[in-house]
Amino acid sequence: MTTTLMAQLQQRHTVTVLVENHAGVLARVAGLFARRGFNIESLAVSVTDKPEVSRMTIVVGGDHRVLEQITKQLNKLVEVMKVVDYTETAAVERELALIKVNAEPKDRAEIMQIVEIFRGRIIDMSEKTFIIEVTGSPDKLDKITDLLESYGIRELVRTGIIAMARGAKTASRSGRESSE
Amino acid sequence: MKLSGAQILLECLRQEDVTHVFGYPGGAVLPIYDAIFDCKDILHILVRHEQGAAHMADGYARSSGRVGVCLATSGPGATNLVTGIATAYMDSIPMVAITGQVKTTALGKDAFQEADITGITMPITKHSFLVKRTEDLPAAIAEAFYIARTGRPGPVLIDIPRDVGEWKIEFDVTTDYPRNVTIPSYRPASPNGRVPELQIRKAAQLIAESIRPVLYVGGGAIASHAQEEVTALAEKTNILTTTTLLGKGAIDETHPLSMGMLGMHGTAYANHAVNSSDLLIAVGARFDDRVTGNVDKFARGAKIIHIDIDPAEIGKVIQPDIPIVGDVKVILTELLKHVLPREATAWNDTIMEWKRRFPLVYPDDGKLYAEYAIEELSKAFDNECIMATDVGQHQMWAAQYFKCKRPNQWVTSGGLGTMGFGLPAAIGAQFANPDKRVVCLSGDGSFQMCTQELMTAVVYKLPIVTMIINNRSLGMVRQWQEMFFSERYSQVDLQASPDFVKLVEAYGGVGYRCTTPEELKDVLAQAMKIIDRPVVIDCLIPTEENVYPMIPSGQSVSEMLVKTDLESVKASVHADGSEWSFSDEEKVLAQYVEIASEISR
Repeated sequence: MTTTLMAQLQQRHTVTVLVENHAGVLARVAGLFARRGFNIESLAVSVTDKPEVSRMTIVVGGDHRVLEQITKQLNKLVEVMKVVDYTETAAVERELALIKVNAEPKDRAEIMQIVEIFRGRIIDMSEKTFIIEVTGSPDKLDKITDLLESYGIRELVRTGIIAMARGAKTASRSGRESSE
Repeated sequence: MKLSGAQILLECLRQEDVTHVFGYPGGAVLPIYDAIFDCKDILHILVRHEQGAAHMADGYARSSGRVGVCLATSGPGATNLVTGIATAYMDSIPMVAITGQVKTTALGKDAFQEADITGITMPITKHSFLVKRTEDLPAAIAEAFYIARTGRPGPVLIDIPRDVGEWKIEFDVTTDYPRNVTIPSYRPASPNGRVPELQIRKAAQLIAESIRPVLYVGGGAIASHAQEEVTALAEKTNILTTTTLLGKGAIDETHPLSMGMLGMHGTAYANHAVNSSDLLIAVGARFDDRVTGNVDKFARGAKIIHIDIDPAEIGKVIQPDIPIVGDVKVILTELLKHVLPREATAWNDTIMEWKRRFPLVYPDDGKLYAEYAIEELSKAFDNECIMATDVGQHQMWAAQYFKCKRPNQWVTSGGLGTMGFGLPAAIGAQFANPDKRVVCLSGDGSFQMCTQELMTAVVYKLPIVTMIINNRSLGMVRQWQEMFFSERYSQVDLQASPDFVKLVEAYGGVGYRCTTPEELKDVLAQAMKIIDRPVVIDCLIPTEENVYPMIPSGQSVSEMLVKTDLESVKASVHADGSEWSFSDEEKVLAQYVEIASEISR
């Protein structure tokens, strides 16, 4: 692994936070990040297989000391049940994007080719536009976005990363737990 | 039996052994105050401003170790608690703040006296509850008290909409109050928890190997009631001990192994001991910037053992060599089993020599000085009183000159530094300790920030003696402007202040004014005899006095300023005719080597 890649990895962490599914928990977590000066790159929240538990996937910038403080401070929140850092764990990370791109008749074939190469789907079509749905790693979404840029992107939305450890491990049962 | 939410609240407070509630009524808490009307066993103290209620609950908690409780109405009542809650949060004080809220149906509609107090207090509470159903109230109260007092203590807020207090539900306290609280997502280190034995053994090993160890003890030792263990550790190992502003009383400050306070205005010897140490044992302390100054230059040669109940404190400021997470009392009890007895060494002698040469000093020229006034006040009460302070120069002088004998005797706002804290905190402390004398040390600036609570002290016949260190100025700000802003004294002049003697008399208390040391002695003798109302002693001291020693903000021990302009200090510094200066790090270590070699000869 090159040193620059190492450095990048140290700067970006994917943290999964299991929280009690109460009103206001998101505000507590987001407030903590703001207050302590931690920088959120993306945040995805949804309920889990257990309705009383919500799962937040947060991508955050900072070195390992910053990450350590983040996990410790998160653990202090009463409603936070578990914090798992996937940085050094084999995990799959996925993000979904919806891209509304100009699609004049003369460009349509080209765009459809690009979409196919990226295993995306066209889910809406008008006289002048497509909406493209594409799923994958953030890198992959960056790349297709770059390629579509030349046609003119009208609107773009990304979900933020969600992550899951490979193999039988689960966030609630194992994974690299934050120090306590 | 069907009870209203308000009645259930009081039933639950009884279950938590609450005896005092500091509060102020208002619209949204009318149901609660209606229930209080029939309540005989919980004393409600009517304050004059909700900020006073929060500080009183805080002073009650600090002076007793129990959870303090305050109560305010929605909107402005709740926001007036905010400073008090933040004060308690910064110093990890167990407190439950109960606020009224507009009806659940009006929530979020900008109703009259509506404020999102759970939102406002999110960064300054350990946790908070907005209770939307009366059925949820008992569990919320049980959890609030549990969270407030366990682990690293802190304030918890319960926001109760008016209709939640009105609705009646079937409630039997014997079965419906959750006595054993378990919150799956909250697992504080408990006194019965597992002890990290390996870490403790390693710590004992480091202590055995160290040559210049220092014990640095903070508020965590007070919260953990660990005075005996701290003292036992110091005595068994003969390690000199310094306490933080909040750690005062964790070891008797008259103990030969105590070095008093360290940090920005700490004793010169404590700061030099820490700075020259090769092992720093931090116990329930958090390496606050007022302690460390420039972190990169703080105790550079020392290995660090950090004992704290809060894992997030480990490595937050300084990366320790041996982190130990747990309750201070539990950890020290275990550590005491493993540490070897250690004789006093040349290191001890060095520090003792520093203590002898560089004592805390103030001029003896017939004028009335704050340091003298504080010493006389302490003497008058035989150092047995509880002392609450405000914030500023007087607070630092008190930290230096008031020698705490025991924990919970010292009530001061450290982390937040809240002016106006002293008087209401003293009132809270007096309610928690009816048999003890309580004094409040204040300044002419701080005193005017919560003066209205004099009325509360008069109504409840509290014999609190408040000493105002009056320099007609915002002294601490003035000191910084003198030193770091070219004597440009911007907005620090308080010549225009009320006549404090007449002011306290207007409230129904007793006032004295002192301008000389002799007057003060007489006045103190009279003040002590008054046991049915508050006393205020207005001590006029010179405006130009500064607090020394001082390590300027963000700097290190080598920049420490001492009172070298005073003849008495000069005499002691140059007693041996040397050019020895305290702000010279190398010479400090040379001094150690010199003394060490003398001893070994």
